[in-house]
Amino acid sequence: MQKMRVRKHQVVLNRSKGGDAGIFLFLIIMGAFMFLPMLYVIMQSLKPLDELWMFPPRFYVEHPTFKNYGDLFTLLSDSWVPFSRYIFNTVLITAAGTFGNLIFSSLAAYAIAKIPFPGRKGVFWLIQRSLMFTATVTAIANFLTLSALNLMDNPLAIIIPAWGSSMGLYLMKQFMDSSISDSVLESARLDGCSEFRTFWTIAMPMVKPAWLTLIIYSFQGLWNTGASAYIYSEQWKTLNYAITQITAGGIARAGASAAGSVIMMIVPILVFVISQSNIIETMASSGMKD
Amino acid sequence: MEERNDELQEVENSTQEIENDTQPVSEALEAVEEAIEVACEDTEIVEEAVVEAEACEPVEEATSKEAFDEDLHNDSMEATQDTDEVENAQENEELADEEPSAKAPVKKKRAVARKDMTAAQWTWHEIKRNKIAYLMILPFMFVFILFTVFPVVLSLILSFTNFNMLSMDWDMFIGISNYTRLFFEDDIFLLACKNTLVFAMITGPVSYALSFLVAWFINELPPRVRAIVTLIFYAPSISGAVYTIWGVLFSNDSYGWVNGTLQDLGLIDGPILWFYDEKYAMTLCIVVALWMSLGTAFLSFIAGLQTIDKSLFEAAAVDGIKNRWQELWYITLPMMRPQLMFGAVMSITGSFGFGGVVTALCGFPSVNYSCHTIMHCLEDYGNQRWEVGYASAIAFVLFLIMIGANTLVNKMLSKVGQ
Repeated sequence: MQKMRVRKHQVVLNRSKGGDAGIFLFLIIMGAFMFLPMLYVIMQSLKPLDELWMFPPRFYVEHPTFKNYGDLFTLLSDSWVPFSRYIFNTVLITAAGTFGNLIFSSLAAYAIAKIPFPGRKGVFWLIQRSLMFTATVTAIANFLTLSALNLMDNPLAIIIPAWGSSMGLYLMKQFMDSSISDSVLESARLDGCSEFRTFWTIAMPMVKPAWLTLIIYSFQGLWNTGASAYIYSEQWKTLNYAITQITAGGIARAGASAAGSVIMMIVPILVFVISQSNIIETMASSGMKD
Repeated sequence: MEERNDELQEVENSTQEIENDTQPVSEALEAVEEAIEVACEDTEIVEEAVVEAEACEPVEEATSKEAFDEDLHNDSMEATQDTDEVENAQENEELADEEPSAKAPVKKKRAVARKDMTAAQWTWHEIKRNKIAYLMILPFMFVFILFTVFPVVLSLILSFTNFNMLSMDWDMFIGISNYTRLFFEDDIFLLACKNTLVFAMITGPVSYALSFLVAWFINELPPRVRAIVTLIFYAPSISGAVYTIWGVLFSNDSYGWVNGTLQDLGLIDGPILWFYDEKYAMTLCIVVALWMSLGTAFLSFIAGLQTIDKSLFEAAAVDGIKNRWQELWYITLPMMRPQLMFGAVMSITGSFGFGGVVTALCGFPSVNYSCHTIMHCLEDYGNQRWEVGYASAIAFVLFLIMIGANTLVNKMLSKVGQ
């Protein structure tokens, strides 16, 4: 069915053979550029010590071993914080930050998209502008704010700002605009449904792809939280930070550092694989209208 | 016979009675029909209003649109009231008669009342009516303003002071001297500005073009294949610190894969320092940045291309579009404008924000400041010397550059295909 359509499509549109070949070549080269470094990390993480330090270096692994993964847990054993603690910290920050962001953002997105309150345009304008600069700009001022709030050296210093992350809200608002018809909400309101109930029982189930996307965006950002200026005691450092420390530990730890990188990358990639179709569906309405 | 006549009379009488009885019923029925008609008319009005509201939505001003919605709300409320009343009328015959006349003036009065209000009164009325919405945005806006909007304002204010966190001394406002120091005395900042702009001017447009081209090229692949290719291209941007593998590939001893292979082939005599060599560091950082730059914009393009109506292309082919490039220019790009604008914001913001990559690969500060960016200046003054006033000036300049670049590019993109 799909093949037929594409073939017919090509006949109609006069696709040139040369163009197809050129595109194929481009995709192969670009694909190799994207994929080979990822493959190399996996190779490195499976290499035994003598293969890591052989000359000339080899790309692929000959005698794969999982010793490097085990080393991760023992390498930092001289530090008084066990490796599992870093994992716990990252999971805690990711889960708490994502959950709050989901609740806050979807409530706000619903109000902005579907309730005609005065000022919604201004609020949305502000949110669109906030997509245009990075957290680098706000880092120093936030340091002062968090100090004043006495949240320094506390995982809340990372979790609470994540609740106000505007990317998920933007995507969800755009998706609600295009996928929930006003008449459905109108009839719910006429039936005496309160605004909160309408939001929870009618709007939210209709935008499942959007909240999955929001979860994934928030997850990716928080999962990769590294050394933060807001946290200085060791027992609250994150997984990403620990792996950077292992890498910085020098050449003897090349295998373990690669193993750590694989653990760091495998989780977001798996999450993306599971939810890809939902994310693409949400992204279809991500566009900005001037 | 008489008896029969009597009976006939009786029958006639009773028929008359029945007819008499029926008369009010049929009258009532007429009234009911009338009421239904009026109700239907109301529904039509509502429908018209819906259509109009939809048509007007993008053009109308905020308040007038809201006024429209209110209008809609009232109309539909009345329509349901009418229907209810019709139901009542069927039970209560006399009431039905008065129905149509009782309703019309009520509606008129409301319409007039809205016109009578001033804009401020109307806004206040709307605020009160939608107060639940403010409750719903409150939690998000509180955090958002505290950690995203307020910092920008605070940076602007602090940038006019010489606030220092270490000595905690501040002579309050020192005017624009932080800015004059930035642009006329601080050579490293100017170098960082140059580096940041070079970084952004290369990675921004290239990653943007790359995202679009790849998304466009894979658009006609079968869905399964497309999903796999999407994953391969998207994975580096979500894998966090995996980019450090480039430091291993291009490590500065002979055990690095690139150095080792080149030496083995006899192309170089000794290992090259790569990320620690002024000649290569910048280029390599740009390559790494591009490697991990197919992110949100890329996904947005893939999704946008999927939503374009296929029949447009077939119609265009009939109208004389000869190849895929013409198709791209005349159909795909104009149809994709919203995604193109969103993608531009993502690419530009991303291209300004990867100081972390440079720090991880080239060290901080990089060799002879060859890869020193504004982010590094910020880190230097903000988190190491604690000259918060001066760092705030840097942050605010960075903010202006980012907003400026985004606004400019979006202005340009809004003209695509017009």
